[in-house]
Amino acid sequence: MSSGLYETPRIHIVGDRGLLVEYGDRIDPVVNKKVISMAIVLEHDALAGVVEIIPSYLSLLMIYDPSVTTASALQESLISLERRLTEIEFPPPKTVEIPVCYGGEFGPDIEFVAESNNLTVDDVIRLHSQPAYQIFMIGFSPGYPYLGGLPREIHTPRLKTPRTRVLGGSVGIANEQTGIYPVTSPGGWQLIGRTPLTLFNPERSNPFLYRAGDRIRFKPISPEEYSRLAEREIP
Amino acid sequence: MDAFLVHAPGSFTTVQDKGRFGYQKMGVPVSGVLDTFAGTVANLLVGNPEESAVLEITVAGPRLECLREIDVALAGAEMGATLNKQPVPCWESFRVSPGDILKIQQVKSGCRAYLAVSGGIDVPEVLGSRSTYVGGKLGGYQGRPLKKGDILRCGEGGFLDVPRRIPSAWIPRYSPEILLRAIPGPQDDYFHEEGLVRFFQTEYRISTNANRMGYRLQGPSIPQRENMPASIISDPSISGSVQIPADGQPIILLVEQTMGGYTKIATVISTDIPRIAQAIPGNCVRFEEVTLERAHSLYREQKELLQNIARHCNQ
Repeated sequence: MSSGLYETPRIHIVGDRGLLVEYGDRIDPVVNKKVISMAIVLEHDALAGVVEIIPSYLSLLMIYDPSVTTASALQESLISLERRLTEIEFPPPKTVEIPVCYGGEFGPDIEFVAESNNLTVDDVIRLHSQPAYQIFMIGFSPGYPYLGGLPREIHTPRLKTPRTRVLGGSVGIANEQTGIYPVTSPGGWQLIGRTPLTLFNPERSNPFLYRAGDRIRFKPISPEEYSRLAEREIP
Repeated sequence: MDAFLVHAPGSFTTVQDKGRFGYQKMGVPVSGVLDTFAGTVANLLVGNPEESAVLEITVAGPRLECLREIDVALAGAEMGATLNKQPVPCWESFRVSPGDILKIQQVKSGCRAYLAVSGGIDVPEVLGSRSTYVGGKLGGYQGRPLKKGDILRCGEGGFLDVPRRIPSAWIPRYSPEILLRAIPGPQDDYFHEEGLVRFFQTEYRISTNANRMGYRLQGPSIPQRENMPASIISDPSISGSVQIPADGQPIILLVEQTMGGYTKIATVISTDIPRIAQAIPGNCVRFEEVTLERAHSLYREQKELLQNIARHCNQ
């Protein structure tokens, strides 16, 4: 199956301050890599009047100041910036290791995930902590990563009734997706573990641990290790 | 420097500046004053730079005890403010002294009023902005709306030589019938021609579900093409994006949102976001289609108006 990457990007007008540049039509690592590479080029070459670049699964949104530039000028720049993809040296994607204590009070749904896939809990842990997941985009809430590449063996439907309160740091599965709740919030994902790391802290010199395009690998840790790391996180 | 002691916070009062830029790609929405026009004018009236932080006051205002001599100004919604029980006007500056009680009452027209103080409201910058992002509990005054007992600080501002006001011709009138100019897209191709026509001809009512995240509207539902999915692969949203979820009832997305998973039929132009900011549940909304060229000329007109107001204030 092809990646769904368009030969030339499709550009949509988003009001008087935005251009949505679409690079493909499905969730795919190749399409997303193109989006993220173009976002890096655009940040690197900082076009006059561009206020913000927001990459997502298939597209990026450019927000611009209409008193400095125009939509047509930006469209032209976008086309010519395509060739910069071969000129710029891209930093290799960072792989961020996220320690996770699986099961028990940290991941109350891990048995359900194991049983519904005819696996043992240890299988679930092994399969979940194997891949380096690609961060397709960050959104919904600060630092919330949308990850691709969950092994098919542990795909599990969402909870029938969402929890009213999921603790920040919880790691969950929803169908073919896996992710981490950066802050305590309601949620319907099957919870399999929790990380003691604070994913987003605006007071920290690096408020975020990763960006779109980076990889996340989960490292299983013991409850003792969880407590030790959790203590270190308290400012 | 302490400026105000909050005796009563009002229904929803937050500290906002022009917004938090550069972090939407990290899931942090832009926040900032919803009515950029009134927020800017309030700052100009007290001699502040446009980007100073102000109080955004929603529907019912706070009661504040003044702690120092300072110039202040209200702009935006008419709320009937009093200083020591004497009425004070909107859209002009006045001076308060320690011990004065500034009471901002109930909204009479519009929805949001802005209180600027010379020197600006002083709260710590978080990710480069003083704006409150309530959903993320960050920025502004401890990441939340004001509460009784809070003490608001202000920066070093100096005094105006004479009070400032702007001519009434420049003061917007807030009507319960609101016209929003919008550009179709980015996903207008998900809708039939009739769907788009209906969207631009229908009168919608603003539901009670209306806040800084978005305004939900009620009216005839906008059907999508049968062969198109109601939800899309989530993509970035902007203040003014109009989403059509599966029930066909439009939602105007505003400043506490970075992504949306429903089709966006149109985008309200930035010049008209202040009109939404001043709309309350029960008001009627109509959308009018404009071209990008028209939207940009309206943008320039609004910018020129603000430049004229700035010149007038600095005379």
